[in-house]
Amino acid sequence: MELFLHQVLAGLATGGIYACMALAIVMIYQAIDHLNFAQGEMAMFSTFIAWQLLQWGMPYWVAFFLTIAISFIAGVMIERIVFKPLKNAPVLSHLVVFIALFAILNSLAGFIWDFGIKSFPTPFGTRALFGQGLMSTHDAGMIAITLIMLVLLFIFFRYTRVGLAMRATAANPDSARLVGIRVGWMIALGWGMAAAIGAIAGMLIAPVVFLEPNMMLSILLYGFAAAVVGGLNSPFGAVVGGFGVGVIENLAGTFIPYLGRELKLTIALALIIAVLTVRPSGLFGRIAITRV
Amino acid sequence: MTATRLSARNLCAFYGETQVLHGLDFDVREGGVTAFLGANGAGKTSTLRALCGMIRSTGEVTFAGVPIFGRATEDIARLGIAHVPEGRGTFSRMTVEENLHLGAMTRSDRAGIASDIERVHGYFPKLGERRRQQAGTLSGGEQQMLAIARALMLRPRLLLLDEPSFGLAPMMVEEVFTILRKLKEEEGVSMLLVEQNATVALALADHAYLLETGQLVMSGPARDIGRDENVQRAYLGY
Amino acid sequence: MRDRIAGNASTALPGAMPFANLRGALIAMVLLLAILLPFAVKNFFVFQLTLAMVYAIAILGLNLLTGFNGQFSLGHSAFFAIGAYTAAIMMEHFAIAYYWTLPVAGVVCLIFGFLFGLPASRLEGIYLALATFSLAIATPQILKSTPLEGWTGGVQGIVIIKPDAPFALPLSSDQWLYYFTLAALVVLFACAANLLNSRTGRAIIAIRDNPIAARSMGIDIAFYKALTFGVSALYTGVAGALGAIVIQFVAPDSFTFVLAIGLFVGLVVGGVGSIAGTLFGGLFVLFVPNIAEQISKGLAGAVYGVILILVIYLMPSGAAGLLRLITKKLARALARQN
Repeated sequence: MELFLHQVLAGLATGGIYACMALAIVMIYQAIDHLNFAQGEMAMFSTFIAWQLLQWGMPYWVAFFLTIAISFIAGVMIERIVFKPLKNAPVLSHLVVFIALFAILNSLAGFIWDFGIKSFPTPFGTRALFGQGLMSTHDAGMIAITLIMLVLLFIFFRYTRVGLAMRATAANPDSARLVGIRVGWMIALGWGMAAAIGAIAGMLIAPVVFLEPNMMLSILLYGFAAAVVGGLNSPFGAVVGGFGVGVIENLAGTFIPYLGRELKLTIALALIIAVLTVRPSGLFGRIAITRV
Repeated sequence: MTATRLSARNLCAFYGETQVLHGLDFDVREGGVTAFLGANGAGKTSTLRALCGMIRSTGEVTFAGVPIFGRATEDIARLGIAHVPEGRGTFSRMTVEENLHLGAMTRSDRAGIASDIERVHGYFPKLGERRRQQAGTLSGGEQQMLAIARALMLRPRLLLLDEPSFGLAPMMVEEVFTILRKLKEEEGVSMLLVEQNATVALALADHAYLLETGQLVMSGPARDIGRDENVQRAYLGY
Repeated sequence: MRDRIAGNASTALPGAMPFANLRGALIAMVLLLAILLPFAVKNFFVFQLTLAMVYAIAILGLNLLTGFNGQFSLGHSAFFAIGAYTAAIMMEHFAIAYYWTLPVAGVVCLIFGFLFGLPASRLEGIYLALATFSLAIATPQILKSTPLEGWTGGVQGIVIIKPDAPFALPLSSDQWLYYFTLAALVVLFACAANLLNSRTGRAIIAIRDNPIAARSMGIDIAFYKALTFGVSALYTGVAGALGAIVIQFVAPDSFTFVLAIGLFVGLVVGGVGSIAGTLFGGLFVLFVPNIAEQISKGLAGAVYGVILILVIYLMPSGAAGLLRLITKKLARALARQN
């Protein structure tokens, strides 16, 4: 029982990472109504930029906020330059462009900063809370920031005009135009915000998993799984999903002996698919009722 | 002769390679209701879509004297043209209240918006009961009312209505058109009404056009059109 | 719904394009070229073309599922792997001749595909993509896992001996395998075209275009979706078996999710919903990564990405889409002359 609780706690710690990533994913889904497969690579690239700024001697928090700003602008630019010309192309072609973006960012990062592992600092310190090896102050800080972002996003989408306009754009772009919403700007804004959140996620994750171009691969996958389990149109669900996935992954790794280590990722995903077959819109997703 | 709200000259429209409108000339008068009649596939919806820049088209369109042709749909909406599209176009995942707020997206006068919402609920009491309900769960008639209400939130100078009677039971149609009549008389909203149901349309309209396979074949005061033998036989079920 | 997946892919059933006779002539010409080619080029190039054909068959499998039935799959590397390992195990552990491995691999994958397709039929869009993607991720790990090591050879994989041309024909191994693969390709493509033109095929396409209408016409959606999954897996599995024979080697890390994504890219670039397009897709998957690496070793990925984006800009509906556009414009130009 003691072991179980410990693993749950440790799972929450890693879950914080997935929750953060899932939030960025849901963010862009709310803006453009499909998933951005290059999200992880964008976050990774942003983290490298932050690292470079720190190497050049900038103080942590200055680098932190500057990276967020740069990422926001980059997100907007990527949307305007790469995706806007494609708006009439079929969905599958969009997916391929996401894949291309993934390849470009990954390769570019490796080229500029090489594939060696680098360490990334944390502003929260790494003291252990609750005893050894379970949750550190950094983990707690990461969870705190994720929750703060969640609250801010909630307020943004529910209570501001721009948030409403963005939701409308994602839900029904044609109708959104008819009420005068500048759909193009909304989409670009969504990309910028997603890039910014991704940057925050990356900078919080890097101290734990160490900075290298491939750091986000499995995290992105867990993040997707978390977002999907939580319900793609629910930021709250994404965060819950993230913690859930972290706990499941940890418990599976500890308690399923034989295949545990090698197939942790697979098992986590399998469990998620199981959830989906029972609740296809995710745990907290709002089922969109369509009258035929 | 009242002022013209909107006038179109030589309007042609295309879906891909297919031409659906062939050189239409028409006017919508200020404060009046102009009806576009025609059978299914005549090009009525395409006309509204062309006016709002939603499909590829050529020609000249002026609104209150200002040429609007070639502008983006959202800019045309911002000029004060509210389009209630075919199929209502409600934001089904959002609440009724949110749909109304979205209608007022281009306005910034908080107090004005709040009072307009109350006024709109006055016209459509059924919506008031369902403020927090997801729009997608409303019945067809209620969604139609919501679509019109949302358009009104824009405080439009011109209201474009695409087949408001579509898919509604006769009693519902009567209710909707009674409200449209009230809007015309009390608020003086100029309307361009596209309808397959010629009877209700002619009862409301001042002026009517008849569209057949993308061409205007008849134009005149609504009463005269309603009395025309051919129209009666083809569209009014005589 | 259809537009979201296939863009302006032809709703017409394959074979119902304008210029039907021209099309037949074109196919005959291409076939003739394909038959003569191995005598004009180097062995290594023949080997590469054979692999391109293998990928084309695999992509056709994916196309049947995604292009014609509307089910997303990012996990077809799993079926490719199953087919490959089936062939390898049959040849290595049971000394069975290479040509028998194709039908067996096909049937094994048909079963696996159908079984996976049954629960998967309940998932849509992104959820299905995620489920299939996890299949792709799981595959190398399962192949490496200890309980299966005896059969799969674990991380090391299995080495296969390259078959020689039969009946002492004056062909090199590479040339023989080229013709073997070509024959398989022609048979499989013809079967696919036949399937899609049949009642079953129409049901499959109907599910893609309008599932609700399909269901109300009495089509058992879950069954047909699972069936399509199975057939799709069959094609990709046969491709995998062919691939194993041609490359003479199978190892877990040859079948990662990168392959699954590569097949998907090949599908889109060739043209979703087009059988002929898969040939272009196969060539793309084989040659473009190499070209990218030649342009810049350090930035190979970035170059590949840029090429990919440019290709999508120029051909948003794939090569098949571009071809359709060109033939339409030609047809209109000719019609105007008359």
